[in-house]
Amino acid sequence: MSKIVESLPNIPEVLPLDPAPQADPAVRVKPLITARNVNVFYGQKQALQNISLEVPANQVTALIGPSGCGKTTFLRCINRMNDLIDICRVEGSIEIGGQDIYHKDVDVVTLRAQVGMVFQKPNPFPKSIFENVAYGPRIHGLAASKAELQDIVEASLEKAGLLAEVHDRMNAPGTSLSGGQQQRLCIARTIAVEPKIILMDEPCSALDPIATARIEELIDELRENYTIIIVTHSMQQAARVSQRTAFFHMGELVEEGATEQIFTAPRDERTQSYITGRIG
Amino acid sequence: MESQQHIVKAFDEELDQMMSLIVEMGGLVETQIIDAAAALVRRDSDLAARVIAGDKIIDALEIELDNLTVKVLALRQPKANDLRTVVAALKISSNLERIGDYAKNIAKRTNVLSMVPVVGSSATTINRMSTMVQTMVSDVLNAFVHRDLNSAIDVRQRDEEVDQMHNTLFRELLTYMMEDPRNITPCMHLLFIAKNVERMGDHATGIAEQVHYMVCGEMPDDERPKGDKTSYVFVEPNEVDD
Repeated sequence: MSKIVESLPNIPEVLPLDPAPQADPAVRVKPLITARNVNVFYGQKQALQNISLEVPANQVTALIGPSGCGKTTFLRCINRMNDLIDICRVEGSIEIGGQDIYHKDVDVVTLRAQVGMVFQKPNPFPKSIFENVAYGPRIHGLAASKAELQDIVEASLEKAGLLAEVHDRMNAPGTSLSGGQQQRLCIARTIAVEPKIILMDEPCSALDPIATARIEELIDELRENYTIIIVTHSMQQAARVSQRTAFFHMGELVEEGATEQIFTAPRDERTQSYITGRIG
Repeated sequence: MESQQHIVKAFDEELDQMMSLIVEMGGLVETQIIDAAAALVRRDSDLAARVIAGDKIIDALEIELDNLTVKVLALRQPKANDLRTVVAALKISSNLERIGDYAKNIAKRTNVLSMVPVVGSSATTINRMSTMVQTMVSDVLNAFVHRDLNSAIDVRQRDEEVDQMHNTLFRELLTYMMEDPRNITPCMHLLFIAKNVERMGDHATGIAEQVHYMVCGEMPDDERPKGDKTSYVFVEPNEVDD
């Protein structure tokens, strides 16, 4: 009679493929900005509580959270915009490239040239397109000649993706441009003074979807040369443009991590509730 | 926090609808498994025919569920646990649809088997195996609805028992075929049926893995226990056959 037998093959052990580098792209990157135990008060009211956050260079970090959570307050700490508010008091330390920006020897004007800001509503100066961009390099003495200034203006407009649209009307008023173009003009104005960091406070909230897409594409291109922190109310935008996301709630930094992780598997229940639309 | 409602109520309604569709589909699939096995044991061609016809309802539900998930993805842009639930629902529906197909295939073979003499007690063993798989499907869908990780892990482990029953059946049926070539037709069909039930178990395991992902945000990291050895079995002829 024939026999039924089993012949188990000798299958060599195959090591699993290296995990995709999705886990945490910022882990090995040295942070450019380090905030430690930052507390901010407006008079008696505490707006930020013990914020510690590391922002890696050449990445986009999105700050998200409901209105009044402190994300804009934190953004404004990074170029000391809060100094302009009398009742505002900042505690803790924020270092950029290892230097404490709240040190008494720090020149705020120089700091703000290094840490540019783009606001919610495009706010071009009531000057020509050229002058809008030329203003910063001129007051900071970045150009030795007219020709050099011209080069800086054109290069900045080019980087902001606006040059092709305005090259034949550089003397037209900045305010004559469309909303999206005005915002790109403001970005060009910011990068004209060669900052390291660009802070953006809801830069697309006044723009239509096409102009928004252009700005988002621009943000992605800019991160090659700049470190960007963006405050946004649109979680889709945070998901689309950023590599890191920090969630603020009631003045606290609840969770910070790789954007992919925050949007697929956040660790904190408050983050989950906010990004899934359960708390506002 | 799970029970907390979305600010947009329609989103909750759509997620509830998605859950109900999965549960409805799962209930039908369970019935199909039980009926297909019962038709086999009882040699009941009418019941087998009803199983074949019933598969169309499961297919239709799968399409309905796919359309709903695509709609939710497009309109709600779900995130975090919502996103994982929607992705899991999409994959679970496709697993359930496959289980339904296997039940239909068993029913088709039952028609042939009712025309030839009974061979051994394999049909009864297949019936027991089907009940095991049906319980796995039932438990894993409960795990899905209640986001119960431990139940999902338990279902995943239980597939090994199904695999072992399949191994036993495989050897048993091979023996019948070696004993008498007239057994080959029914045994071949029974082998395919046993394989179908074994595959159903694999799909229940696949659903368990989706529940794991939905609850924790990651797939189980250990390799699941695999007990199916039938791919390595062969018949060694004796040089002198007596």
